[in-house]
Amino acid sequence: MIKRCVIGVSIAALLSTLPAAAEPLHVTFGVLRQPHSSETLSILDLPAEDDTLAGALIGVADDNTTGRFTGQSYEAVDAKLASGEDPVAAAQKLVDDGAVAIVVDLPAADLLRVADALKSRDALLFNVSATDDSLREEDCRANVLHVAPTRSMLTDGLAQYLVWKQWRRWLLVKGSHPEDELLAKAYRASAKKFGAKIVDERIYVDTEGGRRSDSGSVQTQRLIPPLTQGASYDVLIAADESDVFGNYLPYRTFDPRPVAGSAGLVPTSWDASHEQWGAVQLQNRFRKQFHRGMNARDHQAWVAARMIGEAATRASSADPKTLAAYLTGPDFTIAAFKGVRLSLRPWNRQLRQPILLGDGRMVVSVSPQEGFLHQTSELDTLGVDKPETKCRLQ
Amino acid sequence: MKATRHLRALFFLPFTGEGGPTKWGRMRALDEAAQDGPSSVAHSRDTFSHKWEKGRAFCMFAAAATLLAAPAHAFTAYVSNEKGNSVTIIDTDKMEAIKTVKVGRRPRGIEISKDNSELYICAGDDDTIQVLDTKTLKITGNLPSGPDPELMILSPDGKTIYVSNENDNLVTLIDTKTKRQIGDVPVGVEPEGMAVSPDGRILVNTSETTNMAHLIDTQTKQIIANVLVDARPRFAAFKPDASELWVSSEIGGTVAVIDPQTHAVTQKIRFEIPGLSKEAIQPIGVAFTNDGKRAFVALGPANRVAVIDTATKKIEKYLLVGQRVWHLAFTPDKKYLLTANGVSNDVSIIDVASLKVLKSIPVGAFPWGIAVATK
Repeated sequence: MIKRCVIGVSIAALLSTLPAAAEPLHVTFGVLRQPHSSETLSILDLPAEDDTLAGALIGVADDNTTGRFTGQSYEAVDAKLASGEDPVAAAQKLVDDGAVAIVVDLPAADLLRVADALKSRDALLFNVSATDDSLREEDCRANVLHVAPTRSMLTDGLAQYLVWKQWRRWLLVKGSHPEDELLAKAYRASAKKFGAKIVDERIYVDTEGGRRSDSGSVQTQRLIPPLTQGASYDVLIAADESDVFGNYLPYRTFDPRPVAGSAGLVPTSWDASHEQWGAVQLQNRFRKQFHRGMNARDHQAWVAARMIGEAATRASSADPKTLAAYLTGPDFTIAAFKGVRLSLRPWNRQLRQPILLGDGRMVVSVSPQEGFLHQTSELDTLGVDKPETKCRLQ
Repeated sequence: MKATRHLRALFFLPFTGEGGPTKWGRMRALDEAAQDGPSSVAHSRDTFSHKWEKGRAFCMFAAAATLLAAPAHAFTAYVSNEKGNSVTIIDTDKMEAIKTVKVGRRPRGIEISKDNSELYICAGDDDTIQVLDTKTLKITGNLPSGPDPELMILSPDGKTIYVSNENDNLVTLIDTKTKRQIGDVPVGVEPEGMAVSPDGRILVNTSETTNMAHLIDTQTKQIIANVLVDARPRFAAFKPDASELWVSSEIGGTVAVIDPQTHAVTQKIRFEIPGLSKEAIQPIGVAFTNDGKRAFVALGPANRVAVIDTATKKIEKYLLVGQRVWHLAFTPDKKYLLTANGVSNDVSIIDVASLKVLKSIPVGAFPWGIAVATK
C-alpha cells in the first residue's frame, strides 16, 4: 500500500543569493517501512502507526524551511508494507515514481534484497533500523548508507561506560532467537575489547506466549531469581532483541545488581528523554506535531531526511548520483543534536555517532567515554573499525 | 596494532596540547585518578588544568598588580547562569563575584541597554525577556518576545532590540522604549546568532538547523541574502569596520568569513589543537578588539579561546579557559576579555595585552552569556 503524502511543499524564495535559487528543485524520497511487532513487554513501547515515518516528516519540514531560501522543495512518499508484502516491488515503484532516495525501515535480509534489486538504479538507500553488523561488513553494499548504529557500536558504547564505572564482571542473559545470539556475540566482543569479563551466560527460552496477562507479575517474580542465581557479577547484561524477557529483569534478579543492555541502562542512538545539545528543540517540534516521544527509528529517519536535504542544498542538485557523491565525499558532516558532528565511515558508509545510555526516563551518559582514544575520531572507538572491516564496497 | 591502541585508550589520559597543563599537572592528575577510581578520571583533566591555571594566575596577578601605576577601572559584568536561573554580577576590578540575582527560567542571551540602566535577559523557558534594573537589581518588566528567546542584540542607537526565538523560526523586533513588538521576520529552523552592522542597517541572524546566515535590511525588514555556512551556526559578529561578517559553526567546527557586500563566503577559518579530536572543537562566541586587528573565538568543549590575526586569519594562540566555553565579552576599555564557561561553572578573565588567562571566577550553574556595563 503506497500512500502519497505531500508535506509542506514550499514556494521558491526569490530573494536568495545561493546558486540553487537559479533553478527551483524538487526532491522526492520514499519511506519504505515494515509493520513493527506489538508484542512488547511494556505497553509504553507499543509502536505508533507513524513509527519511523514521523521522523522523516519532521525532517522534510526542516528541509522545506531551508528550501524557502534556496528554491528547493522536498516531499516524502510513505510506503508502509502490509505483513508479508514484497518490499522489492514497493521499492521499485517508489523509484519508478521519481524517488531519488529511500529511507528504509526493514530487517537485514529484506534490506539486502532491496539493495540488490535496485543496484542498477540510481536511488540511494538509507538504512534507519537494521543494526546488523553483517550489512556493514561482509554484506555491505555501495548503494546503502547506514544511519542506524550497529549492534557492535551499541554494545561498545555500553561497555565503555561499564568499564569506566569499574563494573567489569558481567552476567550475560540472552534470549533464544538468532538475533539474540548476534547481540550476545557483540557483547562478548565488546567485553574483550575493553577489558570486561563475562563470568557466566544464561539463556531465557522464548516459549512464544503472549505478553499480556492480568496477573503477569506474580509468576515473573518467581521466575527471574532462579535464572540469575549463583553467579558473582557486577552487572547483568540482557541480550533480548525480541522484547521477550529483558524488562522482566530489573528489580527481580537473585542478587541486587543493576541490569543493562536490552533493559535497565539501554544503549541507543536516540531516546525521547534526550535534551542536551539543543535536542530539546527537536523533541518539542516532534511532540507538538505527533503527540508522542521521538524514538530511535524516528530520529534515524529524521537524520536520513536531513542528509538528503543537506546534500541537495550543498550540491544544488536533485540528481541521485550527485547527492551520493556529496554524501560519500570528504566534506559531508551533519548535526543531529548529539553534541558532535556526524560523518560517514568511508569504508562501509556507516554514520559515526555517539551512543546514548538511558533508562527510558533520563540519559545517564553518552559514549564514547572520555579517555578512550583513537587516532582519527573518538567515535571510531565504537563498533568495527577500519583495520578489521570485511567490507569491500561494490 | 589494535590491541595496543585500546590499551592506550584505557590507561592514557588525553592530556596534550598547547596551553595545556605542565607535566607536573599531568602527573598529579594521573596520581589522583589512580587513587580515586573512575570518577576522578573523568574530571581530572580540566579540574586540574584549571586549578593549575588558577595557581599560576594568582602569582601572575600579584605581579601584575604591583606593576600597575593606577588601579584598573572598575566595571560591572553580568553573567547568565543557564541552569542556575540567575545572573551573577562581577566586579572586574576586584575580579570577583559580588552578587547573584534570581531571574526567570533558563536565562541565556543577555544585553545591557546603552545607558547601562537596564539589563535584558532572555528567559527561554518562560518565553519572555526580562528587564532588570541595574541599580535596584529588581525585575521591572518584560519584553514581548516570541517563544523560547535565546539571543538578542541592540541596534547601535539602542532603540530596537532584535531577538531570535528558537521555537518558531522568527526574529522579533522590539522597541526598547515602548517595550512593544514592532515586527518579525521569518527565518530558518532554530534561529540563534544575532549581529547588527555598525551603521545599524544590516541585521544578521543564523539558523542552526538550516545552516544559514540570513542578512536582513533593518529598514524594510526583508531578507536580502541567505548565506550557507557549516553545520549549526551559533553566533555572528561584524568586524568593527564592517568589512567582514564572521559566523561561527559549532558542529561544522569553522568560522565563515562573509563579505557583507557580495554575500560570499570569502574564507573559512579552521582550528587544530594537538591532542584534541576535530569533533571536540566547536566554535561559539566571537569578539573583536576595537581596532579589529584581533579576534577571539570561544571553542566550546575544546576549553580554549582561539586568538586570531584578522588580517591573515592565522591562529596566534589558544588560551586554556574553563570547560565548554560559550560566550565572550570585553571590558569597555578592552583590557580584559571575559569568558562564560558552561560546564566548569566559572568565568575566565583573559588579559588582552599579554594574552594570558589571569583568573577564574566561580559563578552560578552553567554560565552561558556575558554582558559588561560600559561604566
